[in-house]
Amino acid sequence: MKNNKQKVPYEIIIKANRNWFYIDWRGLLHYRDLLFLLVKRDFISRYKQTILGPLWFFIQPIVTTLVFTVVFNRVAKLSTDKLPPFLFYLCGITIWDYFSRCVAATSISLISHAQLFEKVYFPRLIVPLSNILSNLFSFAIQIATFVVFYIYFKYFTGAGILIDPSPHTLAILPILLLQTAAFALGVGLWVSALTAKYRDLSLLMTFIIQLWMYVTPVIYPVSTIPSHWRFIMAINPMASVVDLFRYAFFGTVALSLKYLGISILITVLTLVSGLLVFNKIERTFVDTV
Amino acid sequence: MPKPIIEVENISKLYRLGSIGSTTFRESIERWWLRFRGEEALIRKIGTKNSMIPSDDPQVGPEPNTIWALKNVSFTVQPGEIVGIIGRNGAGKSTLLKILSHITEPTEGQAIIRGRTSSLLEVGIGFHPELTGKENIYLNGAIHGMRKAEISRKLDEIIAFSEVEKFIDTPVKRYSSGMYVRLAFAVAAHLEPEILIVDEVLAVGDLCFQKKCLGKIEEISSEGRTVLFVSHSMPMVLRLCERAILLQSGCIKTDGPAEEVTKYYISYGHSCNPTQKIWLSPQEAPGDDVAKLHAVHVLNKDKEPIENIDIREPVRIEVEYWNLQSKLHPTVVLHFINEEGICLFTSNDFNNTVWRDTPRAPGLVKATCTVPGNFFAEGRIFISVAISSYNPNDLHALAREIVSFQVIDRSEGDGVRGEYTGAAWPGVLRPMLQWEITVQSA
Repeated sequence: MKNNKQKVPYEIIIKANRNWFYIDWRGLLHYRDLLFLLVKRDFISRYKQTILGPLWFFIQPIVTTLVFTVVFNRVAKLSTDKLPPFLFYLCGITIWDYFSRCVAATSISLISHAQLFEKVYFPRLIVPLSNILSNLFSFAIQIATFVVFYIYFKYFTGAGILIDPSPHTLAILPILLLQTAAFALGVGLWVSALTAKYRDLSLLMTFIIQLWMYVTPVIYPVSTIPSHWRFIMAINPMASVVDLFRYAFFGTVALSLKYLGISILITVLTLVSGLLVFNKIERTFVDTV
Repeated sequence: MPKPIIEVENISKLYRLGSIGSTTFRESIERWWLRFRGEEALIRKIGTKNSMIPSDDPQVGPEPNTIWALKNVSFTVQPGEIVGIIGRNGAGKSTLLKILSHITEPTEGQAIIRGRTSSLLEVGIGFHPELTGKENIYLNGAIHGMRKAEISRKLDEIIAFSEVEKFIDTPVKRYSSGMYVRLAFAVAAHLEPEILIVDEVLAVGDLCFQKKCLGKIEEISSEGRTVLFVSHSMPMVLRLCERAILLQSGCIKTDGPAEEVTKYYISYGHSCNPTQKIWLSPQEAPGDDVAKLHAVHVLNKDKEPIENIDIREPVRIEVEYWNLQSKLHPTVVLHFINEEGICLFTSNDFNNTVWRDTPRAPGLVKATCTVPGNFFAEGRIFISVAISSYNPNDLHALAREIVSFQVIDRSEGDGVRGEYTGAAWPGVLRPMLQWEITVQSA
């Protein structure tokens, strides 16, 4: 008998009710090229037959920010911690948008690819991961926009003296971005798993994300929240992310570190449990399409 | 002997029928509650009143509205084997492929697969219309598990195989359907997995391209790779496979040399395709509130039920249905399908124009269609029966391949093939036509 050259014999066992913790890491690694090709697909297909293309990522937050400035600052007179309102809102919207886009995309990742999943196997997790990555692009445009306005307000207006971050705090930005991505992925995985059979929740998601923004300090600073209500901020990881994001740029007072710890803990728990639940559901998902 | 490349051990798959909605949600809650209280015995009763499956169905599952799509299926495949999987629609072929392709899990049992698998259950799955041909090659290849470097290496070969070089940088939404399929199959043909699972994707493209695809599959098999091939086409199974597995109602009926299994399938395997089918009550019959089928019979010219019909004799197809209204004009449509799954022709009772314009009244209607002798080719003919109405087009009842009969050519000299006794007489039909012959010069 001739000897097989293969180093490790490739062997898959397909059976029912595998345990919850079985995640096909090897498969994920094998399909990493697919991950990037899906990102590319998203990118190409999104701007086909639009006139302004990626410019929309620039226009949308600017308009939202202008509306917020008028409604919440001029009319409702909400505090912005003495920061220029336009910059204050734009900062919050930039990171919040990334989160909401990621959640919206990942939470329909099973349903929107149902046809594909019925016909071919690849690790289903690739799809939500590609959503997280492709939304980085819109985030990049938005943060660049923000930085332009930031530089303008800091160096060319009187409000510049109020913007006073310590240089090393900028280093937490990548960590915040990572936390946002991880938390959005966790939430998205949960939602897509929960909507695999009954779609009700998916109809509510836009609404939920919208409400969620209001319990996150995007349009108001944490300092305006009475201290005995601040624990709510702690159980919403996005609250501390948005607050720290602003802190990194403006040097304004942040939530205490205790809240940060809880927020990271909740993020990790959401992500891990989301992974497990998604992994459990996706195995027989096509039976309930 | 090496380890089998595929080992299937007692695989069963249970499917829940019906749509998913508030009823199924309430039923799952009830099930959880009963299980929680330990009253397992009562679980079976949930939803019985909505059950759509008669309890004597051999595939009926342990709970109401569930069905065993596969039940205790076991077999092994050695490396390099080409196995054809055949069976009627609904026999469980696709479910088996889905499980082996890792798309869904079995309810019971397990399968061990020792090799990289690619499954082609549908050609061109995952193509994105906005991407160009080349971009889609990469995406589709990656979806089927190819690495980017691997695709780049084979890119020229794939493009050449697809015959769409000129349009390779055009978005595929501008492609004709033929070009689309060609490109998709070109990617599929270059996957080079150790195990290839194919589901009748060959029935696409023009004849020339089909031939090319078959050639490619033969090439793959000659390279010693393992192929599982689902098909309705017995000639194709015979050509490609040395072994075949016949599935019937979710179980393996026979497993052995392709020649024997296909022969068995063609001659005896249709016991479940009788020459008549009767639904005793409208409740169990297929149909909606316009029309419901009552019976379908295959008869000879003396109105006797018959399974084997001489190629020279006419065949009568009788369809009885309950017309339940007087507003619409439903019509009976017959589809005649051969062993290869090719629909030979269809016919509806509006060929009778008097009946077409006759006002309808609720009641039992019998429609008889006579197909003349010297028309079909020899072989098994399956009939699908539909009741439709047109303008607006609506399908009221459908029974797929519900009856069948065997056309036999005894080659007695007065048939279409005359004195010819060679092996095959080509063509999907064998009509006796009018020929006029004049001798132009002596």
